[in-house]
Amino acid sequence: MTLTSKRFFGCAATVTASLALLACSGGDMGAGQFDDTVTVGLLHSLSGTMAISETTLVEVEKMAIKEINEAGGITVSGKTYGIDYIEEDGASDWPTFAEKSKKLIDQDGVPVVFGGWTSASRKAMLPVYESKDAFLYYPIQYEGQECSKNIFYTGATPNQQSEPATEYMYKRSPAAGKPFFLVGSDYVFPRTSNTITKAQLRSLGGVVAGEDYLPLGNTEVAPIISKIKKALPDGGVIINTLNGDQNVAFFKQIQSAGITPQNGYYVMSYSIAEVEIDTIGPEYLAGHYAAWNYFMSIDSPASRKFTEDFQAMYGSDRVTNDPMESAYNMVYLWKAAVEKAGSFDDNEVREALIGVEFDAPQGPVKVMPNHHLSQTVRIGVVTDDGQFDIIESTEGPVLPQAWNQFEPTSKGYACDWTDSTKGARYRL
Amino acid sequence: MTLLFESLFNGVAIGSVLLMAALGLAVVFGLMGVINLAHGELIMLGAYTTYVVQNIFKLEALKPCFGAYIFVAVLVAFMVSAIAGLVLERSVIRRLYGRPLATLLATWGVSLILQQFVRTTPMAYASGLWMTLLLGLLMPVLLPQRIRARFRALHLRVAGWALALAGGIGTAAWLSGISRLSRASARNVDVTAPKWMRGGIELGSLNVPVPRLFIICLTVVAVIAIYWFLNRSVWGIRIRAVTQNREISDCLGIPTQTVDALTFGIGSGLAGVAGVAVSLLGSVGPNVGGDYIVGSFMVVVLGGVGKLVGTVVASFGIGLLTDVIGAGRLLEVWPSMPPTCAAVVEFFATTSMAKVLIFALIVAFLQLRPAGLFPRKGRMVEA
Repeated sequence: MTLTSKRFFGCAATVTASLALLACSGGDMGAGQFDDTVTVGLLHSLSGTMAISETTLVEVEKMAIKEINEAGGITVSGKTYGIDYIEEDGASDWPTFAEKSKKLIDQDGVPVVFGGWTSASRKAMLPVYESKDAFLYYPIQYEGQECSKNIFYTGATPNQQSEPATEYMYKRSPAAGKPFFLVGSDYVFPRTSNTITKAQLRSLGGVVAGEDYLPLGNTEVAPIISKIKKALPDGGVIINTLNGDQNVAFFKQIQSAGITPQNGYYVMSYSIAEVEIDTIGPEYLAGHYAAWNYFMSIDSPASRKFTEDFQAMYGSDRVTNDPMESAYNMVYLWKAAVEKAGSFDDNEVREALIGVEFDAPQGPVKVMPNHHLSQTVRIGVVTDDGQFDIIESTEGPVLPQAWNQFEPTSKGYACDWTDSTKGARYRL
Repeated sequence: MTLLFESLFNGVAIGSVLLMAALGLAVVFGLMGVINLAHGELIMLGAYTTYVVQNIFKLEALKPCFGAYIFVAVLVAFMVSAIAGLVLERSVIRRLYGRPLATLLATWGVSLILQQFVRTTPMAYASGLWMTLLLGLLMPVLLPQRIRARFRALHLRVAGWALALAGGIGTAAWLSGISRLSRASARNVDVTAPKWMRGGIELGSLNVPVPRLFIICLTVVAVIAIYWFLNRSVWGIRIRAVTQNREISDCLGIPTQTVDALTFGIGSGLAGVAGVAVSLLGSVGPNVGGDYIVGSFMVVVLGGVGKLVGTVVASFGIGLLTDVIGAGRLLEVWPSMPPTCAAVVEFFATTSMAKVLIFALIVAFLQLRPAGLFPRKGRMVEA
């Protein structure tokens, strides 16, 4: 190797290293204010197809960390700790999530990782956390049928989202009693979610007139539209579990084909929140439904403060939504658990976590023995200005069911991590 | 009868999107033999152009004509992608003629660059850059003969580009006033169809969505225009001459380099028009090109490389098959078919499985006729 090329590589290495340092130096916290710092891991897709959604989670997690630091950090046995973070990019690639998890746990020694969005990324990370007995906080509503000792789920389980939604659509919506059509993207969440919906409708006495799945990346909806028209000639309910951009294609094309609320077709979506309405355009979505635990339009002091703080930090035209609220909650729940345990030790925090309560933007939430949250369920209808009009909400928080009670393979099972004889899956 | 019409309409609707996306590639890949993997990204540029034009038409002064923005978008999108294509041809592809593998890799690289470009550049700046290129390229034509004659060529070029740059900066500054265009965002954006285009028309018992109708009309116009251009216009005849025999054409005084640039520019411009069509159906994002590139190559290969009519037939054929298989039409036509057959039809009557079956059919067909539906006949001199 010649001298010049050596020098070049030297330079390149220095530049790369300094870039890496720049990329990794996270939190903007005043040094000296605390007795010590604790570094947590944030692991979401910052690039690739999922970046659009997942970066919003990183933003609220940083906001929660900043708020906690400004309020005096975490106090553990008399000492105050400031929170610092290491940001890693899962790159919308599931094996990368596992690899970066290993790095955060082994190399950086973080006590907790906040991360993930898709079920596929969670399934990829799960074995890593279980084998290293580390702890992952996962913020997204998902299909359930999982209850790991090493994952804490702050999103809704099906009985906290799809089940109340199906019941509402079947019993009390303008299309009550009409047949259902199920549309989803072709991967694990929609298929599992629709299996549950079908079982539930069977027990309610409803009719599933058809179902179809769109391969990921496909935006041609014409054959599905003909099928919907054939299956629901007099209107009905469409349960939509499409993912991301496919929603745009779907809603644009069904509107021009006359599948609209005015003609008696009501779409209930499980992945349309305020951020998606902003992208798709309210003119295509107005009059359709969604079910979540949190809506930006919730008119409570905690909810308004959450949105105002977020807009103050990231811009007044930004919106907040359910996944962001879950991500925000989990940072606070971790802090409460650490303070309750009086230690950052995994096992002690895990035990302390159960029973922790937090006054979230959606209302009170509580960590249950199955590592899920009890949460309030709300049904909203999209308004012309891109918000949700909340038309129904449960009396109080609904208890989470990790194992679904409509799905025959998991019926009669539950999960309890407070009792060593019960664990991940025991018979009720 | 209704069934037949519905199926036919759906098939034509699906096919016209495919055809629109593939038409530019039929020119670039079919006539020039350039494997352009950045074709999808040229579609994407067209889709983003629609978004920019739409936002300009939301300004107070232009609001009354909002309903007509889509027509302006078609023209501008053609120009945006055509210029991007020209720059691509001049800078990269020209150096790689006759080296298909190198072209393939280089254009793939270009596609990644373009994707990252729209992710990280505010649309206002991107428009400014485009305006600079447009004015800079047109300047020699725009300036009056009197002025051109008075200055030395070098001075003229420098001054021309400086003027173009000023125009570009002006455009960027003007568009920065629109908040949606002033910030870069990796998030997908939304193109809202004008109000008259959002509904459907009742034709007998058939409901025809207006955006679909618009895309079909756009496709028909584009096909007729390109057909006329290639077969009737002087430059079209030159293009065909060069594709058939480059050396002889060169000897006869046809400026082959200009012909290459023109062909590539037109193919790219058609991709831009496809971008407008695509933006009416789905969302507009950096990855939108990837959804169409495979389908486009498939259509061109199936139709027979170098034959426009093949691309047309292949698109509508695939469109019809998608509808017939995907919506399970056979069961409707013949409800009393034997249960085994019915089960098979039903199994493939989902979008995913229909796609699998169509790909399998295409592969099988190409095994039997490797040159596609309409193979080129006669002697061809390889470029």
